[in-house]
Amino acid sequence: MIKTAKMKLADEKILLEVKDWNLFYGKKQALNSVSMKVAKNRVTAFIGPSGCGKSTLLRCFNRMNDLIDVVSVDGEILLDGEDIYAKKMNVAYLRRKVGMVFQKPNPFPKSIYENVCYGERLQGVNDKTALDEVVEWALKGAGLWEEVKERLDENALGLSGGQQQRLCIARAIAIKPDVLLLDEPTSALDPISTLAIEELIFELKKEFTILIVTHNMQQAARVSDYTAFMYLGDLIEYKDTDSLFTNPKIKRTEDYISGRYG
Amino acid sequence: MKEWFKKGEHWVWFSASAVSVSVILVVGLISMITYKGLIHFWPHQVYTFQLNTNGHIETIVGEIYQEKFKKVLVQVDEKTSEEKKIVQHLLKVGNRDVYGIDFRWISSADIVNKEMRLAKKVVVVERYEWGNSYGNLHSIKHNGEEIKINDSYMPRLNDLLTASHGIHKEINHIEKIIIGGINNKIEKLRLEQKKLELDNEFPQEIEKNFILQKKQLNLDFMDQQKELDALYKKNNETGELILTIAGDKKIYIPIKNIIKLWQPNEMSFIGDIAYFFSSIASFLIDDPREANTEGGVFPAIIGTITMVVLMAMFVMPMGVIAAIYMSEYAKEGIILRIVRISVNNLAGVPSIVFGIFGLGFFVYILGASIDEMFYEYALPNPTFGTPALLWASLTMALLTLPVVIVSTQEGLSRVPIALREGGLALGATKSETIMKIVLPMTLPAIMTGLILAVARAAGEVAPLMLVGVVKLAPELPIDFNAPFIHLDRKFMHLGFHIYDVGFQSPNVEASQPLVYATSLLLIIIIVSLNLGAISIRNRLREQYKSLSH
Repeated sequence: MIKTAKMKLADEKILLEVKDWNLFYGKKQALNSVSMKVAKNRVTAFIGPSGCGKSTLLRCFNRMNDLIDVVSVDGEILLDGEDIYAKKMNVAYLRRKVGMVFQKPNPFPKSIYENVCYGERLQGVNDKTALDEVVEWALKGAGLWEEVKERLDENALGLSGGQQQRLCIARAIAIKPDVLLLDEPTSALDPISTLAIEELIFELKKEFTILIVTHNMQQAARVSDYTAFMYLGDLIEYKDTDSLFTNPKIKRTEDYISGRYG
Repeated sequence: MKEWFKKGEHWVWFSASAVSVSVILVVGLISMITYKGLIHFWPHQVYTFQLNTNGHIETIVGEIYQEKFKKVLVQVDEKTSEEKKIVQHLLKVGNRDVYGIDFRWISSADIVNKEMRLAKKVVVVERYEWGNSYGNLHSIKHNGEEIKINDSYMPRLNDLLTASHGIHKEINHIEKIIIGGINNKIEKLRLEQKKLELDNEFPQEIEKNFILQKKQLNLDFMDQQKELDALYKKNNETGELILTIAGDKKIYIPIKNIIKLWQPNEMSFIGDIAYFFSSIASFLIDDPREANTEGGVFPAIIGTITMVVLMAMFVMPMGVIAAIYMSEYAKEGIILRIVRISVNNLAGVPSIVFGIFGLGFFVYILGASIDEMFYEYALPNPTFGTPALLWASLTMALLTLPVVIVSTQEGLSRVPIALREGGLALGATKSETIMKIVLPMTLPAIMTGLILAVARAAGEVAPLMLVGVVKLAPELPIDFNAPFIHLDRKFMHLGFHIYDVGFQSPNVEASQPLVYATSLLLIIIIVSLNLGAISIRNRLREQYKSLSH
């Protein structure tokens, strides 16, 4: 994938803003005052060694960490200028605006069709034609339509791993979120499925702002516009992907991307 | 050999033998009950022989029920005596109206010439009263005319029997359904009247209306009664069957008293099979007779199934909701731990304790207050303040609650967290995720809980004796009178029926085969209820089978 002009965060439209963000698991601090801005309609990658807090940070954007009792947070995360951790924020509404795809494909044990329209049904849409449209649009968007259009009524668990993951992406985009969070979406997949998903990410960024956590640095380099390197809960370096990989400013980043640890 | 022990082979053999012992026990148990239960329905041969009792000779006819060996000392000469085994036969001689007893123990030493022959042409008559009769056909008396055995004899007898059975059916229909319905209406009317009197609202026009209605119902009742009288009269005119029993004595059996008659020693194999199935059918669909020792178990079947189904309807929502709260919402902590331990221990509480609780709480406190609040007009006759179907099924629901809770919790914990996150990430609330994703996936586990609960409830007897089961219920818990399911009625139950017939009946020997047959039926009912639930569970599991991560 060729990136033409050199990108600068300062020129971008900002969708998400993290301000002085701290997160604790009980007494243990997992994120240390992270601050960053995420550009709209771009792919932002988070890289770093295991346990550096990149998944934890990603799960803050749709408040998935709320599910863990011992987690407490401090700071601000703004989506379109709105504090998503504000008391009056409706979490279900937030999660409709910030979709998420997980590390392991997790389709529901229902038909392919029902999986994709699950989010719509939750909002009370039951009109068959409207649902049909959404399902077709989302499956096309996830590049799965051609493979499954003949068997929409079959159980989603019968799909291959790569197809299941694209189904999960289709499910996530079917409710038309603003942001799509991808938590190591290809770590459980074979190289061909991985390639399909990477190409898909490239397509999806036209419509969505994508945040992706990955262990695979080549993948980050291939798909993302901006990359954040994290280490032990700190955001070490964050800038456009080209510069980060060719010209890291900080020693630790350089050590990591050149494979000296991690 | 040492090598063999070293490899741990002996443990494999140990566990394998433990398994085979259990399998053999189960198979043995089931085949014994099946054999002894089914043999009850097969036509028994009838024997005849001469018996020497204190010098005078007596002819005896009957079915052999059991044989036992008895050790008897026999004097060989003056000094020595020898121990000898002598066969004792338990004989069903029937004709209780003549002999006073159905069964006799007979020592084979007393049989003249040790000769036992099949009694030729003997007829067994099953009667509504006095049990079976054994004898030889002599003649029929009908309308003063006596028909001796000739060509027209058998068809004539069959005609009379069919006529009598038809009348019986009609009488039954009128007594049970029509008059039962009228009585039900009269009782309702009476209660309504009492209710209004209690509220001091009883204006004259309503009173008139009541009297009118009552008059009409009474008239209906009288009409039916007249019809019944006519039927009874008609039935009395069906004549008499005359048998000769041992010793050339004649007995007269009114045709209306005969259920069926057969000649066991003359029947072909096909006849045997036909008899076998017809007696199974009447066992299943007839009411019990003669203090439950004869006839069928239909009310007990209906009672058992109704109770179990009601129990399932109570225990499922209670157990599932409790399990959801405990594993999805409640915060981990000391209180939850205590609750969990209590639930598990509840499963170990002796069932009679549940019965006592059901009696003390449901019947005496809850039932009595319901009566005071809603059925005051019926007092002092209790409506719900007495053991009843509702309390029995609630008690059984409590008894089986831990089973459902524990298996539902296990099912909930097996649903992968990834799926819950998947639901939540799409903007579902927690309850939506539980209802739409988690709970459907827990269904197989819930069904497992239900299977265990049903098996337990259908087989339990002790607590039921306290909260609603009776030896003989006058009415079924479900019938054609509104509201169709009568939660306030007492009911019969197969488990209790077994106990009652086997140990409480006046005629324990006679009822032993019936006990086995009823046990077999209970097993079949429990197994088929379970098979139904298992097949539903397997179909559900099929849906989620590839979800093993």
